[in-house]
Amino acid sequence: MQVETMRAPAQTPWRFDHYFVPLVIFFGLVASLIEAARSPDPRMVAQGWIFGVCMAVTGVWYMWMYASRTPADEKQFYAEAVIKAGVGASMFWGIAGMLVGVIIALQLSFPHLFYFADEPWTNFGRLRPLHTSAVIFAFGGNVLIATSFYVVQRTCRARLFGGSLSWLVFWGYNIFIVLAGTGYLLGISESREYAEPEWYADLWLTIVWVCYLVVFLGTLIRRKEPHIYVANWFYLSFIITIAVLHVVNNLSMPVSLLESKSYSLFSGVQDALTQWWYGHNAVGFFLTAGFLGIMYYFIPKRAERPVYSYRLSIIHFWSLIFIYIWAGPHHLLYTALPEWAQTLGMTFSIILWMPSWGGMINGMMTLSGAWDKLRTDPVLRMMVVSVAFYGMATFEGPAMSVKAVNALSHYTNWTIGHVHSGALGWVGYVSFGALYCLVPWLWKKKLYSNALVEWHFWISTLGIVLYITSMWVAGIMQGLMWRAYNEFGFLEYAFSETVLAMHPYYIIRALGGILYLAGTLIMAFNLWKTIRSGVPATAAAPAGLVAEAAQ
Amino acid sequence: MNHAWLEKNSAFLLIGIILVIAIGGLVEIAPLFWVGGTVEKVSGMRPYTPLELEGRNIYVREGCYVCHSQQIRTLRDEVERYGHYSLAAESMYDHPFQWGSERTGPDLARVGGKYSDQWHQSHMIDPRAVVPESIMPPYKFLFSTPLDYRDIKKILVTNREVGVPYTQEQIDNAKQDLEAQADPNADGLDAMQKRYPKAQARDFDGNPDTITEGDALIAYLQMLGTLVDFKSYRATAPENRR
Repeated sequence: MQVETMRAPAQTPWRFDHYFVPLVIFFGLVASLIEAARSPDPRMVAQGWIFGVCMAVTGVWYMWMYASRTPADEKQFYAEAVIKAGVGASMFWGIAGMLVGVIIALQLSFPHLFYFADEPWTNFGRLRPLHTSAVIFAFGGNVLIATSFYVVQRTCRARLFGGSLSWLVFWGYNIFIVLAGTGYLLGISESREYAEPEWYADLWLTIVWVCYLVVFLGTLIRRKEPHIYVANWFYLSFIITIAVLHVVNNLSMPVSLLESKSYSLFSGVQDALTQWWYGHNAVGFFLTAGFLGIMYYFIPKRAERPVYSYRLSIIHFWSLIFIYIWAGPHHLLYTALPEWAQTLGMTFSIILWMPSWGGMINGMMTLSGAWDKLRTDPVLRMMVVSVAFYGMATFEGPAMSVKAVNALSHYTNWTIGHVHSGALGWVGYVSFGALYCLVPWLWKKKLYSNALVEWHFWISTLGIVLYITSMWVAGIMQGLMWRAYNEFGFLEYAFSETVLAMHPYYIIRALGGILYLAGTLIMAFNLWKTIRSGVPATAAAPAGLVAEAAQ
Repeated sequence: MNHAWLEKNSAFLLIGIILVIAIGGLVEIAPLFWVGGTVEKVSGMRPYTPLELEGRNIYVREGCYVCHSQQIRTLRDEVERYGHYSLAAESMYDHPFQWGSERTGPDLARVGGKYSDQWHQSHMIDPRAVVPESIMPPYKFLFSTPLDYRDIKKILVTNREVGVPYTQEQIDNAKQDLEAQADPNADGLDAMQKRYPKAQARDFDGNPDTITEGDALIAYLQMLGTLVDFKSYRATAPENRR
């Protein structure tokens, strides 16, 4: 590990971030207080207070950190405190989001037990966006921000650009999550899947996201390595594309600046394709490109092997980001979307199989010469299994985009199963692998227990298997029942009969979710024990540091 | 392979990424705004009445779209189960669209007129009392919550700003029209129905004292899919083939 002492003079020079960050917090506070005091909309008043309290707390924290002193973290070469915070936030939101997932799975299994007629905020329609946003954006987003901050510094041999701006990214992003989540419970929603937060939360996220881009790009620019490492290409494409998608998909007109409600700029068929251009590329760039960045750093590091093929990484990077953008219309097959757009979407979805598998092969084959480590290192095994799930989900996706298959699968639980094989298997496992690496590296401790990692791995794998197999069976059955005809040429089943048929599979799915959540709790315990009472890493450096020392 | 110029210069890499991701979206989405026939010419479509629009806001607020689609695909079983497949024109005033992605519950694109108001009310108060197999959440509170329509005029103005062709007359009378639609004895009923042809006006929730959120939501559900005149719509006409 390179530890350079701070070269700055004792007196801190003028720094942009020391003025910019407090200014953003100040204007955030003013705006929230205006909303809280003046808005005639009770939901907006609640959001104003929530945002205001968050801003005030962040402001006090910032003053405590930076007023008349230099935080210890700024005296070392790499910024690590903000990454540690990101690791903690990832764990918190991961557990919260998965817990909400279990609750809504139980609601569909046992509606008479898990619905409360007098508590609108507990209804499925409000909790489901809470679940999706919490696992994708809160858990996944914090993992991406934390790992990208780690990876970009190490691979550029440069400290994060922008000083405390990275803290604005961390707090700002998490405050966005709080604003969005409490908004759903209050009944604030744009009803755009995976983009439900209303206009004011979207504006706030835009500010935060631009800061994220500035920090990331600034660090790339001040790098001391001639080449930009492949993981950073993926992170950069993720940050850029999410910015474009977010801004365009959320274009909307608020009823007034004091009301939470807004109306989207586009309508009907144009709005539908804009939303699924966004929705599919939230998968493509948030849940794929970003996490491929994790794969390209953490798997080679952990396996102590170079990336399998440099040429393959170039080909699959550019083809992946080019082709993904086209695939959105496969969410709208056989709908009122014009036929040419449907065909284009289906065609590119099938082509997308190739660059996806290019990435899978590159990740998997990085283990060449180190396959034996899968026996002894459960963390590496988890990451390799995640790549296998990536390969499976990216084969299933193109298959489901074929119109004939989609006619059966669309609107059914098959889609839910497909999403979760990617989410639990790929995104979840590669994130867990990265967290199991990061905590020992950052806190310079030995991992508390490898046996607990084994338990986590097997329990959650069983959970995934239960989840996706039950949803496959349920989805295909549902699709077949909807289109079944009896011998007289009439539809065989009433819709309610197909709902009843789902019951056992919903229960199995909930059980799968509970097991997956249990695995995550085991991980949280393991990481917590590592941080609190772990044995300091000794002279025998952990796996990840050997390669770095060799640089 | 000479890739070095891209991976040694972050500005080139940044520009390269932006160019590569821009193409697909531009080619697929932009033409939908100007290619003729993307939205069919049909007769019968009109903007939502103020009460229906408020009902739609509740539909959005409660996240109904996460379980109910509003898009009947061009497949035989769907057309037989739900009715004529959905036309692009039918959602042309929908900001945002509510096509949905999942059918945990049935499609609602043409639910209008299929059930009585009373059925909807009982079903929303306690879904399992009406459909024992149902896994829908209860929405009892809608029928005890007065509808908050203080800003209905601003809502119509906002919709006009994003492209819904509300007339000045419709905007000026938004509040009266909303109240008239929920009260079968209101004075402004005829004027409202002239401004919004085919608008159904009655006390939707059987409670004449208050206009509740339930009134608005049932008014919205009862008009879904009923506007387009399918007698005059010829699916096989050249201008309607897309």
